[in-house]
Amino acid sequence: MAARKSAAKPNVSPEELKQYYRDMLLIRRFEEKAGQLYGMGLIGGFCHLYIGQEAVVVGLEAAAEEGDKRVTSYRDHGHMLACGMDPNGVMAELTGREGGYSKGKGGSMHMFSREKHFYGGHGIVGAQVPLGAGLAFADNYLENGRVTFTYFGDGAANQGQVYETFNMASIWKLPVVFVIENNQYAMGTAQKRSTSGEDIYTRGAPFGIPGELVDGMDVLKVKEAGEKAVEHCRAGKGPYILEIKTYRYRGHSMSDPAKYRTREEVQKMREERDPIQNVRDLLLQGKHASEDDLKAIDKEIKDIVNASAEFAKESPEPALEELWTDIYSDDVPQGDAIEA
Amino acid sequence: MATQILMPALSPTMEEGTLAKWLVKEGDTVTSGDILAEIETDKATMEFEAVDEGIVGKILVEEGSEGVKVNTPIAVLVEEGESVDDAEASDAAAPAASDESAPAEAKGDVAPGPQEPASSVPAAAASPDWPEGTEMKTQTVREALRDAMAEEMRSDANVFVMGEEVAEYQGAYKVTQGLLDEFGGKRVIDTPITEHGFAGIGVGAAFGGLKPIVEFMTFNFAMQAIDQIINSAAKTLYMSGGQMGAPMVFRGPNGAAARVGAQHSQDYAAWYAMIPGLKVAMPYSAADAKGLLKSAIRDPNPVIFLENEILYGRSFEVPVMDDFTVPFGKAKIWREGSDVTLVSFGIGMQYALEAADKLAEEGIEAEVIDLRTLRPIDYGTVIESVKKTNRCVTIEEGFPVGSIGNHIGAYIMQNAFDYLDAPVINCAGKDVPMPYAANLEKHALVTTAEVLEAVKQVTYR
Repeated sequence: MAARKSAAKPNVSPEELKQYYRDMLLIRRFEEKAGQLYGMGLIGGFCHLYIGQEAVVVGLEAAAEEGDKRVTSYRDHGHMLACGMDPNGVMAELTGREGGYSKGKGGSMHMFSREKHFYGGHGIVGAQVPLGAGLAFADNYLENGRVTFTYFGDGAANQGQVYETFNMASIWKLPVVFVIENNQYAMGTAQKRSTSGEDIYTRGAPFGIPGELVDGMDVLKVKEAGEKAVEHCRAGKGPYILEIKTYRYRGHSMSDPAKYRTREEVQKMREERDPIQNVRDLLLQGKHASEDDLKAIDKEIKDIVNASAEFAKESPEPALEELWTDIYSDDVPQGDAIEA
Repeated sequence: MATQILMPALSPTMEEGTLAKWLVKEGDTVTSGDILAEIETDKATMEFEAVDEGIVGKILVEEGSEGVKVNTPIAVLVEEGESVDDAEASDAAAPAASDESAPAEAKGDVAPGPQEPASSVPAAAASPDWPEGTEMKTQTVREALRDAMAEEMRSDANVFVMGEEVAEYQGAYKVTQGLLDEFGGKRVIDTPITEHGFAGIGVGAAFGGLKPIVEFMTFNFAMQAIDQIINSAAKTLYMSGGQMGAPMVFRGPNGAAARVGAQHSQDYAAWYAMIPGLKVAMPYSAADAKGLLKSAIRDPNPVIFLENEILYGRSFEVPVMDDFTVPFGKAKIWREGSDVTLVSFGIGMQYALEAADKLAEEGIEAEVIDLRTLRPIDYGTVIESVKKTNRCVTIEEGFPVGSIGNHIGAYIMQNAFDYLDAPVINCAGKDVPMPYAANLEKHALVTTAEVLEAVKQVTYR
């Protein structure tokens, strides 16, 4: 099954296809820049790059509507860019500066945007899964028709709380799409060494949750699967599982030498299955865009990313008073609460 | 334009490394993602990828070089047609990133001396909780808690309660009795026995705009959920730079019940009181249970509400008022006295009050302070009292190491040392898992006799 061939006549407009190309390229270039800034010591601590997995979030965002929510783990930069968060704010958070989404207090793994319905950015493997179901619980309670995309990896799929959540999401028919981003390695442990059974998407079956396997290197297939899952949730049928097979080119984090797989394996994936190259080929072969058009997009993206890096370097460190703020709130809760 | 390739930091702690091997040579064309070199850090050998595309104009650091400092230029990338000389000319302008990115040193003016927790509230214990002459009725703690939830659920449609057996069973300890009938299954929700999962769903629902009350059948079981309570509920407001938090209550019985053994008998007061971002209440009386729970439900922050199974059935006078609340951070003085200050909270108060009665018979007037909330703590009321009595004994059922009493004692030492005529004594549970045997269990908890003995010591009698 050759992904590129099967998607040769995409059921999307050339403009949409170009948009996906642009969105995926933004994530890749942003992440490359983040890796570079990490190397320069401007980004500290843990930094988990999304390179290779771009089609997953871009495809699912194409299936989302305004007001839908998303929550994920610590490999979160791609999700934030895909849902429209400002690259400057994300990069400045990575450098721990005042201009970051969390004023520099969250870092790479802990970022949020209420405006874009992005609920983190969570550093504990699997903990975002019940949180995502809880967001869906609130939407169900408020009867607002929203759906929550709850992302987690193949590693998190072995956490007990995931199955506690499957159980409750199913009995309460919560509108949540569980997105298993299967990049095939839980940090350095290959799926077959850590995970019994080959198909994680079937793990919802005992709970009555339908699931399917999706080619995560093909943005159009991801979008199509996402639309189906969202429709299921919005129809009040409860949760849906998408196991999206993808691949991360870089190490688990910046300090991972990635000795658990061969260079050839990574190289083969990059050369044969790259999700961005895939769409680029579609655009050129379908004559939806010329080389010059794509060069112009490349330049636009490069400018955005360079500007974000500049912003992230120039934004000052947070004022020392920030140490003591945002520990307690005096305000009534935000969000979609029922008005009194 | 030429680009310098700098020695990368490849781990959070790396300052220098060995350039083990170049995988490109001068004149090679590289694109982003190509592996340029292998670099040995203190932990591992890492592959180093190109970010920019171009031609390797010059390799500045030979392979095999050890101790190459992070951010040292190791090669120069040039564009087609550009010479290395052009590149070197532009090097001079390259910024050094290391200085400005050095983490800010903790300055002396940030954390002066002993710190009060961020939300400490000044002393106000002297003011009454309800107006004089208010009609009173006798109510159990259990009924008071139920009324608090029902009143708040009536006034705010976003409040709901979830937990094991809270609905159809009417509450494992009958605290939620009648709520299902009044509010229906949408707002009174039985969960499966999966604390980790439903606590997380509760936090997510709070992120989503609701105000959950999550009941744990006992706080012993909340240990399964403590990651969600602390990492998700307590820290999100801070980690999001104030954008979102978890307005919710985690409540249930805490501490030893009777004869249920080690796994079901533990006081978590000190555990949760340690965590910035949480508020913690531990009421003793029915009036405080009601007034504090109503405040907790309205609070925009996550609140740990520690009840006690033995106290559920105790009756107290509760004011009959339309909307009776007790603020957090306000201690209650149950009894005024001039000879010694007894500081306690929750079920510890029964030992404190019993001891005070007996001491009075011997002519020792104890001042008895019920902290009521452990985060924030009403330090002011404690300090004012100690300045008057010059002696203090703390009383709690929890383990002795790292206890609330330890903290109060340290706070008094730092803030009222010159007023002390004796060391503060902490009366606490024993440093042992809770035994099952009746006689051993009695000894494992704090006893009134121990409180009396401690008071004798600090008053030198």
